[in-house]
Amino acid sequence: MSEEAKMNSVLKVEGLHRWLGSGGNRQHVLKGLNFSLDAGKVYAVVGPSGCGKSTLLYLLGLLDHPDEGAILLNDQRIDSASDRDRTRLRGELLGFVFQFHFLLSEFTARENIMLPILKLGRTEAEAAAKADALLDAVGLTNKANNFGNMLSGGEQQRVAVARALANDPSLILADEPTGNLDQANSELLFSLLCQVARERGKTVLIVTHNRDLAKRCDEVLVMRDGEFVSSENY
Amino acid sequence: MRRPNFVIALRFLLAKRRAMLMSLVGIVFGVAFFILTQAQTSGFQGFFVETILGTNGAIRVQDRFQSTVTSMIASADSDGTQVEIALREGQRYIPGIQQPQSVLEALRGFETVTAATPVLRGNATLRSGFRTERGRIHGIELNSYVEVTELRSQVTAADLAEFERTSDGILIGSELARRLSIQAGDPVFIDAGGLNQVRYRVCGIFTTGIVQIDRYHFYAHMRSVRSVLGEWDDVTYVQALIRDPERATIVARHLEETLGHSVASWQERERSWLEVFRALRFSSAISMSSIILIAGLGMFNTLAIIVMERAREIAILRSIGYTRGDIARIFLYQGFIIYVFGWLLGCLTGAGLTALIESLPIRIRGIFSTDHFIMHWAWSHYVWAGVVTALVVFTASLLPARRAAQIEPGVVIRGASG
Repeated sequence: MSEEAKMNSVLKVEGLHRWLGSGGNRQHVLKGLNFSLDAGKVYAVVGPSGCGKSTLLYLLGLLDHPDEGAILLNDQRIDSASDRDRTRLRGELLGFVFQFHFLLSEFTARENIMLPILKLGRTEAEAAAKADALLDAVGLTNKANNFGNMLSGGEQQRVAVARALANDPSLILADEPTGNLDQANSELLFSLLCQVARERGKTVLIVTHNRDLAKRCDEVLVMRDGEFVSSENY
Repeated sequence: MRRPNFVIALRFLLAKRRAMLMSLVGIVFGVAFFILTQAQTSGFQGFFVETILGTNGAIRVQDRFQSTVTSMIASADSDGTQVEIALREGQRYIPGIQQPQSVLEALRGFETVTAATPVLRGNATLRSGFRTERGRIHGIELNSYVEVTELRSQVTAADLAEFERTSDGILIGSELARRLSIQAGDPVFIDAGGLNQVRYRVCGIFTTGIVQIDRYHFYAHMRSVRSVLGEWDDVTYVQALIRDPERATIVARHLEETLGHSVASWQERERSWLEVFRALRFSSAISMSSIILIAGLGMFNTLAIIVMERAREIAILRSIGYTRGDIARIFLYQGFIIYVFGWLLGCLTGAGLTALIESLPIRIRGIFSTDHFIMHWAWSHYVWAGVVTALVVFTASLLPARRAAQIEPGVVIRGASG
């Protein structure tokens, strides 16, 4: 890794191991991963089902604990943080986009985006202004007051992206974000994530099965059986 | 959205409004009936206590136990000195008060005693026309008696002035008058076991509302009762009013030590009735609390279902920075919202029902004689209903709140993403 790349690294992973299950069913899912992610780039993690992609994503998103190894976000070790600190880091430095949008259906599009902002102690006016700006960025200004169940699947996923960006995170983790969308909406969402990375200098890590989409990312990390393999033949 | 946890709690609750409405209704009725039954039982208790205080006084100085002592000459020394030893043998019971004036004087010396009056009491038979009834004659000194009791307000037919002017006048309980079919102005003959029957004239009829008193009591002037009972010096008891009737038992013990007479407070005299009232209030509070408890179980059930149904949303909230504490608070807020609405609506319903039942004309004859339910309006009933509800609702929300806070977001999202 070059010195310049080290300087730009948002996330560094060293010797990451994860076992899942217990007793005879215990499986070594991640086998000593080492990698780093740079700011302003879009990464794709690809591989067959069960190879450990989602497990890696949840570990990076502090939604799971590694058995061995270290995760450093902005040069700060975060894998061993307390539950409270992990929650704070998720709110401040990480953004999530999941395969299913997971919007709160009793809240409007604007309110869904306001929720993480308000949690950081911003005023209601600040949160609303930020939410409106993000809705504008994802092209949903006219749907601001629509409740989750009044939006189409693509719109809901765009709101989820806006929510992920609400607190200006350093790293955006997306787990099959287009897995449930049609071609047009997939394209729109991917473009949006690329735009976020390039224009706002964010790091985006997308776990996907979509080869076409992966090939358009800045880097592709191919996983097989809990390890990264060469992406040359991908 | 100023308080996102509270807003989330409210929206989650509204999404489950039908199930929560049932719990809310249960709590409203539980609180309302708690207040209603407390108002009712304490109303009757208050009425009883008020009447007892207004009729029999807070303190009654009565019989005396006199220590009996025998002395003996122990020895005679060589110098002729004799030693007398007092031997305590027991106690002698002296009924009534032999020197009422000295007791009255002594009572007036106590700051806590505001008024006192002597009463001479005996059993007598009343005859009017062809009807005869047994009763309890009370010889009173009117001027001091009305200071100690509520007799002035209890006289419903004629008035006390007529009684005061008439040396052979009597005041008779309303139930006794009804049984004898007599009215104010009618003659009545009283026989206290002597040879002669004494003729009296009914100057007034009183109603206390307590049947035992209205059925048996009648009052006459002390001087005339002395001649009827053949009792020329003693009185049966001295009745006293004190500044703070709630402290009557403490005052009674103090007076007992000073006066050498047995002194009974109203709480001691009416202990059995007061225990009955206490038991009634307690049992009704438990019964009504069980309604709140059942509503709380329903609420627990609904909240537990919300936790299961909302696991995905909880996981998302956790992933965007909401702590375990925030999640727990969201569910505790739901309990709090139900509590506040349940309690407030329950208080309003309880107050409405209390007012409604108080206004209903219901003839009650038994221990009490009243033409409507006697209700006691007290803040404490509303506060206690609030305390019981808070305990139930808090307990019902605590477990779901803890369970929600323990949800691991990674596990839920991974499961939901399939």
